[in-house]
Amino acid sequence: MPEPILKIRGLNAFYGDFQALYGVDMDVAEGEVLAIIGANGAGKTTLMRSITGLLSNGPGQIAYHNEDIGGFRADEVAMRGLAMVPEGRQLFPSLSVRENLMIGAQVGRKGPWDLRAVYQLFPILEERKDQASTSLSGGQQQMVAIGRALMSNPDLILFDEISLGLAPIIIKGIYDALPGIIGDGMSAIIVEQDISKALAVSSRVYCLQEGRVSLEGKADTVSREDISRAYFGIE
Amino acid sequence: MSTQDLTVSRTSKAARVAAILGAVVLIILIAAPWWAGRADMRLMGELFLYLALASLWNLMAGYAGLVSVGQQAYVGFGGYMLFALTIFAEMPPVMAIAVAGLLGALISIPVAVLVFRLRGAYFAIGTWVIAEVFRLSFAQVSALGGGSGTSLPVTIVKSMAGSRSGRESLSYWLALGAAVLVVTAVYFFLRSRKGLALTAIRDNELAAGSLGIDIWRTKFIVYIVTSALTAMIGALIFLQKLRISPDAAFSVNDWTAFVIFIVVIGGIGTIEGPIIGTLIFFALRETLADLGTIYLMVLGGVAIVMMLKFPKGVWGFVRERFDLQLFPLAYRVTGADKKGA
Amino acid sequence: MEWLNAIVQGTLLGGLYALFAAGLSLIFGVMRMVNIAHGDLIVLGAYLGLTVTTVTGLHPLLALAVVVPAMGLIGYVLQRGLLNQTLGDDLLPPLLVTFGLSVILQNGLLEIYTADPQKMDAGALETASVAVGGLSLGVLPLLTFAIALVVIAGLQWIFYKTALGRAFRAVSDNQDIAQLMGLNRRHIFGLAMALALGVTAIAGILLGIRTSFDPSIGGGRLIFGFEAVIIGGLGNLWGTLAGGVILGIAQTVGANIDPGWQLLSGHIAFLIILAVRPNGLFQRVSG
Repeated sequence: MPEPILKIRGLNAFYGDFQALYGVDMDVAEGEVLAIIGANGAGKTTLMRSITGLLSNGPGQIAYHNEDIGGFRADEVAMRGLAMVPEGRQLFPSLSVRENLMIGAQVGRKGPWDLRAVYQLFPILEERKDQASTSLSGGQQQMVAIGRALMSNPDLILFDEISLGLAPIIIKGIYDALPGIIGDGMSAIIVEQDISKALAVSSRVYCLQEGRVSLEGKADTVSREDISRAYFGIE
Repeated sequence: MSTQDLTVSRTSKAARVAAILGAVVLIILIAAPWWAGRADMRLMGELFLYLALASLWNLMAGYAGLVSVGQQAYVGFGGYMLFALTIFAEMPPVMAIAVAGLLGALISIPVAVLVFRLRGAYFAIGTWVIAEVFRLSFAQVSALGGGSGTSLPVTIVKSMAGSRSGRESLSYWLALGAAVLVVTAVYFFLRSRKGLALTAIRDNELAAGSLGIDIWRTKFIVYIVTSALTAMIGALIFLQKLRISPDAAFSVNDWTAFVIFIVVIGGIGTIEGPIIGTLIFFALRETLADLGTIYLMVLGGVAIVMMLKFPKGVWGFVRERFDLQLFPLAYRVTGADKKGA
Repeated sequence: MEWLNAIVQGTLLGGLYALFAAGLSLIFGVMRMVNIAHGDLIVLGAYLGLTVTTVTGLHPLLALAVVVPAMGLIGYVLQRGLLNQTLGDDLLPPLLVTFGLSVILQNGLLEIYTADPQKMDAGALETASVAVGGLSLGVLPLLTFAIALVVIAGLQWIFYKTALGRAFRAVSDNQDIAQLMGLNRRHIFGLAMALALGVTAIAGILLGIRTSFDPSIGGGRLIFGFEAVIIGGLGNLWGTLAGGVILGIAQTVGANIDPGWQLLSGHIAFLIILAVRPNGLFQRVSG
């Protein structure tokens, strides 16, 4: 396996006195698509917040491109080419569609993604570019959220529950678009409730249970039994 | 571990000791006219009135979340009512103080309806506008001296007590009584159902709302009671000063900035805080006031540092260190530590 | 004619009040903070202008070239060094810290410049006037109003047409997600305060040319600015200008009835609008 782009070692995360992650180890190789599954409250979103720097961690727990980013602020992490499509889309309501996309380019990294490329991927966004982001449908908002993350030309992109609250047909559309998005050597982490969706697009899978990694394996070899044991903790 | 060894109670050893000590101190203070000099009594009288103002501001800001920078509106209003009632209605001063409180409550109702439309910091500035309206309005009343103010006629001053020392004792006792009244009223209010509701609101407005506590009404009542008592304190302040003018009566520095300083230093959201804060404020004032503007800059700086480094003030710091509570408000479980859990 | 004159003069005065208010509005819009020391910072701007004009002999309006960047720098340092530490869910820290700052500024100015009223000398500009349809309009009030228009239009442009404005709005919408986009909110807040104090410097210098000032008048300027913001509706810059104009007209019309009523009638106009339209006259704009 090549040198991992993201290397997590012994990650602990806290909300005040409450510990949400216990000694999580995880690697993402260059160009790899990783799936993270787990029940509600297993620590998936906490892990995303830790990686992106929204939740600060001690030094030495997270390395990105061989650089220790554990103590960095979220904006410093973003500058290094790590982007996230957050759960619930979270567009900026006072910004138009185009401005939401533009703000993703704020980090100023060069790469294939610009407004034109995003519009090519999601043509409907060009039609709606001057509308308020709040006027879009859920699926279109998700497109903006994905486009916004892509605009920073990241090396690693995190998708946090992108199918949550969307109609199945729209979810299918977005998942059909994924290979085109992460095909050019970009690494990705996909957090998903829908296990079969997650396994279909990823090469490896981690399962979290109560803040710990309960399973790690290749997406095409893990058995359903392994997964349900790791997912629900049934022995 | 058996639960029978645990007891839940409000009171604690420290609180009982404090109650006894407090009673002793109170008796000594009541006897001040027999042991203290004239200047000391004046100073203590002023201290008591600041303690009362600070306790009231603390009730609003620290418990009800109503941060006002316009309480000088009621201090000045109370002062002017004292003058108006004694001069025009020939009311005895002590009675005028009570009536000033009542009128303060009345006028605070429409004020509350207006300023409660503003949230948070805008509420704060809104209260300041109200104080300005009061100041400018009283400056228009020529019968009360207009912009330059007026003095309390000698006959009214003399009607309080025959001798000068008698008057000074009376005004000292009134100030002491006001402080004791306000502190105990705040204490019993916070122990009551309404007071508990208030603490619940402070700790979590959303949860309190879902428990069926009418937040608006509770805050409204606190505002009116505080305004009435502040007006009474204002009447007392200007009974001591014997002279009133719009600028002195509605001074944001004297009646709000200093009061906020006291509460922030002492510890906001505690009953003990304003008491400690008042003592610290007067200690600073008596030692540094000669420095003039520098002294005020020091006060501002100390308040900023306290707010950033010790947001719970001196008393909050002491309480966390030693788990002390002199005015027993919270229930606590005792006995658990002995069992060595 | 007398009334028309009062209304026109009030409108022009409203330009100054809009300048008092613009910085307040901007800060609230970006970081939901209300700066109690805002009025004292206006007065600081006036005193800095005074010092620059007396030391260099520059015309007060040229002194803007020095005072605006100086105040901007003060704003950035103040925000990053002090005010950022107060921001959070709790309302009290920013309120009380800026209150403390107000006390320090006021007494610091008193210590340096004494309580004597000061005024900036703008030469012929102060007395120049033009006759329009029987009314005599001062050039300075006209200029002030024009500057207010330019400043508000400029802020509007920054807010809605530039990357900086986009960053302001994004941080205001959602600080965490903005941070994910590579925006350091502490820096953005610093820039917002710098911009606000730059506007405040303009307001301070125009105030100092128009009337005499002393260290104690900050509170009153804060109140005027605040009233203009609330009358116009929170988060609406053109509304703020309209709020300033309404306040100005109420004051000049009040003064026309009785000189003692000038300030009082302004406050009363504010309270009436608060009673009738608690959310201000104009809607918050977005997009």
